[in-house]
Amino acid sequence: MNETQSTVLSILQDLTGEDVSSNMDTNLFDEGILDSMGSVQLLLELQNQLGIEVPVSEFERSEWDTPAKIVAKVESMQ
Amino acid sequence: MMSFDPYGNPTYFILLFVALLPLMIGLLYGRRSHIYESVISFVFLMLTFGGIKWHTGIALIIYLIYQITLVWLYSRYRQRPDTPNKGWIFVVSVILAIIPLAVVKITPAVHHGASSIIGFLGISYLTFKVVQTIMETRDGTIKEFHPILFGQFLLFFPTISSGPIDRYRRFIKDYDSVPTRTKYLELVEKGVRYIFLGFFYKFILAYIFGTVMLPTVEHAALQAHGLSWALLGVMYTYSMDLFFDFAGYSLFAVGVSYLMGIETPMNFNQPFKSKNIKDFWNRWHMTLSFWFRDFIYMRLVFFMMKHKVFKSRITTANVCYVINMLIMGFWHGETWYYIAYGLFHGLAMVVNDAWLRYKKKHQAQIPHNKFTEGFAIFLTFNVVCLSFLLFSGFLDTMFFAARP
Repeated sequence: MNETQSTVLSILQDLTGEDVSSNMDTNLFDEGILDSMGSVQLLLELQNQLGIEVPVSEFERSEWDTPAKIVAKVESMQ
Repeated sequence: MMSFDPYGNPTYFILLFVALLPLMIGLLYGRRSHIYESVISFVFLMLTFGGIKWHTGIALIIYLIYQITLVWLYSRYRQRPDTPNKGWIFVVSVILAIIPLAVVKITPAVHHGASSIIGFLGISYLTFKVVQTIMETRDGTIKEFHPILFGQFLLFFPTISSGPIDRYRRFIKDYDSVPTRTKYLELVEKGVRYIFLGFFYKFILAYIFGTVMLPTVEHAALQAHGLSWALLGVMYTYSMDLFFDFAGYSLFAVGVSYLMGIETPMNFNQPFKSKNIKDFWNRWHMTLSFWFRDFIYMRLVFFMMKHKVFKSRITTANVCYVINMLIMGFWHGETWYYIAYGLFHGLAMVVNDAWLRYKKKHQAQIPHNKFTEGFAIFLTFNVVCLSFLLFSGFLDTMFFAARP
């Protein structure tokens, strides 16, 4: 596991109280693990911890709905 | 000159089919003619905003010039190489974009129901499109501004009167390309199915609930004047009418868009199967609720969290739910029952979230089975129908209207 991935997973764990590392392809919204509030917190934490600025307009739910997709998104923006 | 409500009668559909046929043949052979599309758009806009309603057509033209200029100016400001991207310029731009709609919504409340001369059918939906474009320009997600494309986006005639609300970048992607033949045939198949399902919803089911049944139960409820079985009947009948009428219209708008090779997003996804209120807003008038989620709720939460307005994230979420839904209530119109409807749903979201948190904490003790799921759907359905009774304004008629 690389550094980005572990940071993203630890952010998700802090936000949702769940360890999602073994379910990288779970749909976080369908499962009720993440909601709009959680998404905003995620964006803020990405900014604080990794220095990635993601405007709310860029947050297209279908592109951020699994842990694997979030990691890929973050890596593409670094 | 002829004048129609969009999708209002068989003649409209026949004209639509005749006009779309050349365009469909073109798309089938991999060609898209923006000129032909513009011509039929113009014709159908004339049918909606011309004839005896010509003054609304003038209002629409002035509105368009105003908004396109506004977005163009804001976009020029954001594209300056040294753009300061000041918050207040953004806020002023959004306010300027909302002013015409605000005038149209407030006029009836202060002028005893008279409608404003600057109003026209669909002004709300155009305003949503303008405001979201300004916000995405502010975020830098929309980098270039093309007045003509933006105009095409605003005036896309299948959705102009009541949505669904598309997004600029999504629309332009479809508008500027031609689907492959396989893809287009799929779209046509779906589009035709949606249009026929729309006929069934709007002209059969909504007719039965709204035109045949509703007046009878309303009359009985007015006679009883208070809590009665008839009032419960009004609640369910009105809710069914509201759904089948609007879902039917939305199916027409989406179906016709598909025939034109534009994948306008869907507006409804079996809303009465929702397990809770949050689920409901992901299935009911989706393009509106997603608009509110993306352009009001999330931005408000982002702002409040960043500036640490409240210590607790739960408080932040709750305050934003209520503000978000209240704004939706005010958007519907300046009457007590629309605003109460907004407040009702804001509070329903707060209660919903509290329950979800409780459930998560006590996962082991709370049973989960087919029965509890059925009960959740039943409860959500009734809460939603109660909110629609409020929304309908029938309570206002029953309790406050002058009796004949």
